[in-house]
Order: sequence, then structure tokens, then C-alpha cells
Amino acid sequence: MGLNRVSPLAADDRETGITETNACHVRQGSAVKMVKSMSHPDVPHSAVDALYEEADRWQINTGGQTIHAKRIAGRWRTIKWLTASVWLIYLLGPYLRWEGRQAVLFDIPNRQYHIFSATVLPQDFWMLSLLLLFFAILLAVMTALVGRVWCGFFCFQTVWTDIFTWIEEKLEGPPPARRKLDQAPMSLDKLRIKAIKHALWILIGFLTGFSFVAWFTDAPTLWRAFFVGEASGTVYVTVALFAAGTYILAGFLREQTCFWLCPYARIQGVMLDRTTIVPTYDEQRGEPRGRVKRGETEDHRTTGDCVDCNQCVAVCPTGIDIREGQQEGCITCALCLDACDQVMDKVGRPHGLIRYASLDELEGRPTKALLMRPRVWVYGAILLLALAGIVYGFTALAPIELKALHERAPLFVLLSDGSIQNKYTLKILNKVPEPLSVTISVSGRDDMTLVGAEKPVIAEPGGVTPTVVFVKIPRRSLAAEQQPIVFHAEATRSSGALIETERESVFVGPRQ
Amino acid sequence: MAENNPFPGENNTGHIWDDNLRELENPPPRWWMMGFWASILFVVGYTILYPSWPVGQEPTPGIMGWSQIKEYEKGLEQVAAMRAQFEDRIGGMTADQIIADPGLKQYAVASAKVLFGDNCSACHGSGGQGNPGYPVLADDDWLYGGKTAKIAETITGGRKGVMTAHRTILTEPEVETLANWVVQMSESAGAGGSEEGWALFRTKGCTACHGQQANGHVVDLPNGEFVTVGAANLTDGIWRFEPGGYDSAKHTILNGVNQTGLAETRNAVMPVFGAQGKLSEQDIKKLVVYVHELGGGK
Ligand code: SF4
Ligand code: SF4
Repeated sequence: MGLNRVSPLAADDRETGITETNACHVRQGSAVKMVKSMSHPDVPHSAVDALYEEADRWQINTGGQTIHAKRIAGRWRTIKWLTASVWLIYLLGPYLRWEGRQAVLFDIPNRQYHIFSATVLPQDFWMLSLLLLFFAILLAVMTALVGRVWCGFFCFQTVWTDIFTWIEEKLEGPPPARRKLDQAPMSLDKLRIKAIKHALWILIGFLTGFSFVAWFTDAPTLWRAFFVGEASGTVYVTVALFAAGTYILAGFLREQTCFWLCPYARIQGVMLDRTTIVPTYDEQRGEPRGRVKRGETEDHRTTGDCVDCNQCVAVCPTGIDIREGQQEGCITCALCLDACDQVMDKVGRPHGLIRYASLDELEGRPTKALLMRPRVWVYGAILLLALAGIVYGFTALAPIELKALHERAPLFVLLSDGSIQNKYTLKILNKVPEPLSVTISVSGRDDMTLVGAEKPVIAEPGGVTPTVVFVKIPRRSLAAEQQPIVFHAEATRSSGALIETERESVFVGPRQ
Repeated sequence: MAENNPFPGENNTGHIWDDNLRELENPPPRWWMMGFWASILFVVGYTILYPSWPVGQEPTPGIMGWSQIKEYEKGLEQVAAMRAQFEDRIGGMTADQIIADPGLKQYAVASAKVLFGDNCSACHGSGGQGNPGYPVLADDDWLYGGKTAKIAETITGGRKGVMTAHRTILTEPEVETLANWVVQMSESAGAGGSEEGWALFRTKGCTACHGQQANGHVVDLPNGEFVTVGAANLTDGIWRFEPGGYDSAKHTILNGVNQTGLAETRNAVMPVFGAQGKLSEQDIKKLVVYVHELGGGK
């Protein structure tokens, strides 16, 4: 279970001294703590009681408290907005047009996936596995190097929560005002504010769901169909589920999702090691923490750099205290870096009391340069391979594909004119968006006769058209049991472009 | 249990042993509990709607009346509906018309594949490759003709070829001469038969079935078509009875085909598929297309 700090409000008026200083260890809290005290006369009860001293601090927020994090401007805040804007692609992507249709369209009913001018059919789906491999490894390598950047900067859960709380702040004001409003009895004013907020949340939820569906069907048509009630039931259900999911997850569950629901949080936790850089509180520098005392000069202070202002806790969207060390609750959003740096500016101390640092660095161990770490190379190589495969796949996407299935029963037949006949089922896959008139021919020997391909085959777009052909060779001229032959398919597109492909096969005759 | 909780304000459950060993309470998240209760409600609803509790032999039926067999039957109906559009069109067409339409031909072939497997492949092989004694359907050598009408006739009415046993009609040398002649004819595509062989063939009544040219055409019609009675074409390399060659030919000449009371006679019977309602007219039509398209349809 993640150690989840009490709310910033509670943290604010908490007594300051932290007796425990073994920070920088991932802490495991447990919902029910039972410590068996040995009823040994030598062990004073007070020593056992000390174990419980932090019990109240180990309380776990299971969603009973709403985290109202303070928002402040800063370098990392800006970076977070920029990385979050990646999701604009998700929202706006479906409206991009290309060659008269949606640029990226995953047309599931017709089993065609259009990505700009490329059309990917289920037959090309090996590329999808490479793509998934690429992203899985990318996630692994990023986590190993810089921790949960996905969580802090890109994850839809944190990004959408960020937007939702931004709206909340615009409407209800900064955290203290929000807490006050939450506790205030219902009034017309409160109702108005809350209603607007929830309406906006639901609207965003709707847009999220709608954008999802829009990737799978023509977006402008969908808008019209959706509102005149002509879209399919699947569309309405999908949009409703997405809207409800967004509303609940980003509006109410928020950081609880990261604590209890999300498997990534758990997986990523074990991918960190001593060399991974994550937002870290430099306790050597910070402790013993203490308020700036009146009259004490900077040269003669008895405290560390931390002024115990609790700003880092106040800004944390998951409500944890980074000074307790690396912990599961931290999504590495780096917002506490901004907060602390601003405080350091005010008290005239150097930046970086909370900074991106590895455990090795903090403990004064030598740190390895990025390129000196074997895992960077191994992960990098896998990434490159997957990428190369995808690039190859896209460049080698042929407009038509030909497959030749040789009939096995019988492998060949003797015809009355003394020739040997083989039967083939040719499968023509047409990947261009127009019907093609495909001419089949065969080569490899001069004495072959092709039967069944007199007329061109009409291959419908996006599908496989089978056609049966026969090849005849006079028995007398067969020198070997097997002869390699090559089938050719060619067609002319309406644009005049010639497309062709070929497929090797084999002609089987009687044993010699 | 402590009467007065010595640790007030702490979230313990009041269960305290040995003075200070106590159980703290951190309940699961509220949303988690809601999910928990919701899933119990779901189970209750589910068991009311669908078959679930085992009572005696059968589970409780559930008020939706759902059952696996109904689901299966619904699936079958869907398949039938999908097929119907093709079957309807095929119903009003001849086999030749079906073959001329690529889409319908594809459907007929795909759908007849099963019929062929059930009814034909035991003798003619899974791909029409034939078996010893049973003709190859994938070649272009047809005993009764390879046009769709003829194939339909064969499937519907069955076939039973007849050839007289010549063991008492011909002398031993005559039989040997004829058998040799048949082999020569086969190897030379009808061009290299010996004179004695041709003479015997013409005088001993063979032409009545095998035709004047020994090609199985009893009558050649002016429009290029011809009439056969199911006798083999002796001018090609294809053998009616395996393994072919001198011994095979001699055996056939001596014992004939389908001669009653003769144990050594060749058996060549194709059963009737049309009359006893074994195959419907529609099924036969699809099979005709299938067989015609196996490789040698004419
Ligand atoms: S501790 Fe800092 S980096 Fe971690 S989640 Fe909180 S604000 Fe973000
Ligand atoms: S913001 Fe910096 S100075 Fe303030 S409490 Fe956090 S670590 Fe200490």
C-alpha cells in the first residue's frame, strides 16, 4: 500500500520535528499495523510506544480527504503544460484531412487502417506488435533512467486531473477557499459554482469519449449523426462510458487512481534503481530543518537549508511529503521542485534542495554517465530494432499482394492430351482504395499454358479476392519432379500508375 | 479489550492486548467498498436473469430464458440468413450461369466443399484426385462427359458401366494382342496402335462402346459434341483402372466390368444421389459447379 500523507491542511499544523531521518527509502505502510511487544521486563513500555509515535502520520488517505494542491508558476509547471499538450493530438487529430478523407482512420468494420496515404490492413498487423514492443520498451527505458516521467508528465489520468483541478481553481479559488466552500452549507452561490464545475467536467468527459470514437469513424459525419440520434448504439455507449469514466476518474478518484488502481505505478516502482534520477529531497542539505530565526545570520545558523515551510507538500497533487523520501505516492511531477526553488530564492539559498537526483548521487557514490550504462544500450538496441521494423513495414507496404496456394490433393493430374496440370488458388489482396482489374500471368518456362486467367480478375478494395488458375506443361518436357514458376499480377490504377507484384510457386509433376 | 481506550484519538479499533498491542483501523477506500457492494448486487441480478443455481439436475432457468442451445440456434439462423441471399439467386440459375458469375461461383464452390467431403470424397478423394478404381475428377477425361448437364446427370442418377467379359469370347492370343494394342494406344496418344490390334478392335465389337476412333465417342455430332456410353477413351494416357499398363488392360478385357457372377470383374458403380432425397436439387447444382471447377470441366 502506498504511504499516503494526510492532507496538506493537516500537514500544515502538524508538529514540525521529524524524528525519523531514514529518508530515501521506499516506504511500505500497512493498513493494519500490529507489532507484538515482547512482555519482557527489560524492555520499557515507552520504547515500544515510540514505535507508534508516527502511527498518526502513517494514516492512509483512501479518498476520504480531497487533495487541494496549490498551483504555482514555475519551470516544471511550464514543462508539464507543454508535455500535457501532446493530448491535443488526441482531441484534434480526427479532424485532420488527407486526400479527401480523414488522415488517420481506424476503420474497424471494413478492417482498414488509414494513416495518411498508407492503408494498413489486418495482414500488416505484425507492425502493430512492433509498435507495442516499441512503446513497452520506451516505457521501461524511460522509467529506468528518469523514473515515472510518464506518470508525472504524460499520463491521461494526471493530465486530465490537472485540467479538472485547473477548472476547479478558476471557479472556486485557491485551496483554502476551496476547502471553505466544501465545508460551507449549501447555498445558491455554492450550487451555482458547483453546477458550472460539474457541467464543465462532464463536457470534457464527453469530448474525451467523442474524440476516441472519432478515430474510428469519419469525424464530421459522426458529429451530425451523434446529435440527430443516428449514430449506432455502440457509439453512444462508448461515449457515455468514456464520459463517465473521465468524470469519475479525473473529478473524484484523482490521485487515488495512482495509489490503488493503476498497475503502471506498481510496475514502474520496481524498475527504478540507484541510478534512476527522480525528484528527491536532499536531506544532507536540508536537515535539521527549521524556520528562519530572527537575528540568526546565514553563516551561523544551526539549521539545514529546509525552512520547513511545507510548500512542497502544499503543491503536491498527490498530497505526499517528498521529504519522507522516495515513495510510491510520488508521480514525479516535479511541481515540488518549483515550490522549493521559489522558497530558496526568497531566503537566498541555492536552488536544488529538492531536485532531480539519483540515490547514488545523494549518497555521494560515483554516478555513471548515461552512455556508460549497459541498459541504455540494450534498451536502445531493442528500440532501434522495433523502429527499423516499423519503418521497413511502412516503406514496403505494397499496393497489391499476391499469394499462391498450390493444390495438394491432387498435387498434379494427367490430362488427356498428355500434359500435366497443377491447380493454384491465387489470393489477390488489394490495398488501394479502388477496385483493380488484375491481370495474371506466369513465367519460368516457355512451354507452360495458363488456364483460368484469360479474363482479368476484379479485386475489390481492401479485401482478398481468390481466383483459381491451372498451369499445364507437356509431360514429355518435364525434366524434374518440381519446377519453380513465378506468378505475376499487374494492374493499372485510375491515376495511370502501374502496380505489379509477383509470387514464386512450384509446379509438381510425376516422380522422374 | 480495554474499557477505556488508553490511546485516544488514534484510529485503533479498541482491540488492545498486552497493554499496548493494538489493531489500527484503516478502512478500504470508499469507492472500493462501493465497487464491492455493486459487484454483489450484480451477482444477485445475474442469478435472477440467467441460469445459475444448481437445483437438482438443472440449474435455475433465469427469467431471461437464455440457454446455450438457443444462442447456438440463433447463430445458425444468422448463418442461414447470410446464405439465403446466395441460395435464392442460385435457385433460379443453371450451373453454367453460376459459373459465369465469379461471386456466385465462389459461394457455390465454398458451400459445396462440405457436400463433396460428405458424399464424394470417400471414393473420389478429398480433392477429386480419385482412388484405384474410382475416376479422377480433377482431370479432363470424362467417361460420361464433363459438361455441367452431364455431371448433374451422373450425380443425380448414378452410373453403372458395363463391359462384357471376353474370357470365353476371345482366344488367349487375341486378348494379348488387344492388351498390347491398348498400351500402345495409350503411350502414343492414339497414333501407334498395331494393325492387328486395330483389326481385332473393329471386328470384335469393341467399337460399339469405345467408338470408331477408340476415343469413347460413340457418335460425333455435327456441332462438335458427342455421345458416350461411359466407355473409356483409349487414346489418352489416362487409365480407368489402376495401375494401368498391360496387366490391367488384360484383366479388364478378360473379366469385363460389372459382370454378375464373375468374381474377378471390375466394379464400377456410382450410386444414385438424386432419387432417394439424399441430396436436394440445389445441393446437386452446387456440387456440379464444384466438380466442374475441380480442374477439367468442359
Ligand atoms: S512529491 Fe513532488 S514530484 Fe512527487 S508527486 Fe508530489 S509534487 Fe510531484
Ligand atoms: S518547500 Fe523546500 S524549504 Fe519548504 S518545506 Fe519543502 S523542502 Fe523545506
